[in-house]
Amino acid sequence: MTASIQLQRAPEVQYLLRIGDTALILAQRLGEWCGHAPVLEEDIALANMALDLIGQSRALLTRAGQLGGQGFDEDQLAFLRDERDYFNATIAELPRGDFAFTVLRNLIVATWAKLLWERLLDSSDAEVSAIAGKAVKEARYHQQHAADWVVRLADGTAESRRRIDDALATIWRFAAELFDSDAVDAAAHAAGIGPRFAELREPWLAEMTAVFDEAGLAVPADSAFRSTGTRGVHSEHMGFILAEMQHLQRAFPGGVW
Amino acid sequence: MSLVEATTSPRVSSAWQVLATVLDPEVPAVSVCDLGIVRDVIDHHGDALEIVLTPTYSGCPATEVIEHDVLAAIAAAGLGPARVSLRRAPAWTTDWISAEGKRKLLAYGIVPPGPATATEVPIRFIPRAAKTVALPCPRCGSHHTERLAAFGSTACKATWRCLDCREPFEHFKPI
Repeated sequence: MTASIQLQRAPEVQYLLRIGDTALILAQRLGEWCGHAPVLEEDIALANMALDLIGQSRALLTRAGQLGGQGFDEDQLAFLRDERDYFNATIAELPRGDFAFTVLRNLIVATWAKLLWERLLDSSDAEVSAIAGKAVKEARYHQQHAADWVVRLADGTAESRRRIDDALATIWRFAAELFDSDAVDAAAHAAGIGPRFAELREPWLAEMTAVFDEAGLAVPADSAFRSTGTRGVHSEHMGFILAEMQHLQRAFPGGVW
Repeated sequence: MSLVEATTSPRVSSAWQVLATVLDPEVPAVSVCDLGIVRDVIDHHGDALEIVLTPTYSGCPATEVIEHDVLAAIAAAGLGPARVSLRRAPAWTTDWISAEGKRKLLAYGIVPPGPATATEVPIRFIPRAAKTVALPCPRCGSHHTERLAAFGSTACKATWRCLDCREPFEHFKPI
């Protein structure tokens, strides 16, 4: 077995990993649909979006490794970090649920990501800005795809409506974490790397409301509940994802295709 | 600088000719030059030839194959040693696909992308009763077509079908 790497939690590294890990872990959940989606076209769409997210994540993890000064590459960061050193928002690691849950989560995360990438275009870090230039285009497609499905399910049959209602009741409280600000994003913002996450909340809610209006869904009330994945404290689901994702590199250190 | 070199170094102009024959592994009807993936060829005299590539999508699995194919073609033409460097910014756009590349895509059965700027709107919903703008079928030319899915066999394409000749076809999405 390969020992876990120990991350020094420099704020700019943790900031980039919050974004990169959210993409990486959501990609694992989307990848689970491969071979299981309700129709072939959506099977392909979800796998395609998972690929985009893995590509974005690879670029961000690589950059985080460079900024951290510990010499870690993307593979070490993905495969050799323990759970507490993963900083994805908890919403990304929740089990994939049904298709309604999946597209609603995609809408929440893609809308956040699109607004975030738009801000990261102006990053003081040229590499982050370059990554954003590509990713923002992909996030637009992800958001549009998810928004179309949320409207279609909410305005579909009684069964599809029930499923989107259930998904909304389950997931909404996990969205709040995406907009939590703390010392990490304060430091990243001060360095010009990217925005405070709290700044994204208002435009995000406006775009979510536009979709919900079209879908005939009401924006749920805020909850006092806060998930804490971005601080490294995850739900019980995270360990299972890492166990599956990291098994090969842990069992066969340095193994390549 | 590189533009000047492109016109002055025989090695560079030979390399461009070779690269124009390297096909995209996912869409083997067009070359990496047609797609606008090759951004620059730089002759570091007495050193490796540098081929500058801009990846299409963040997660495009063809990127590594393209790097390999490019280096293999340069080596086979005796223009090596060469190395590939990736340039992320400015981000690749379908606007970089050449007119020739778009013509080849259409002949291959893939409707080429329109201008990418048209996609940069927030979120849009198509009124349920309204007819969407239909793409012409690349086989029979009919506009009686419909989109089946926003994604296709690769992330860069959407899946459509023709309601007249009944053939499915793909659309290279503007991005």
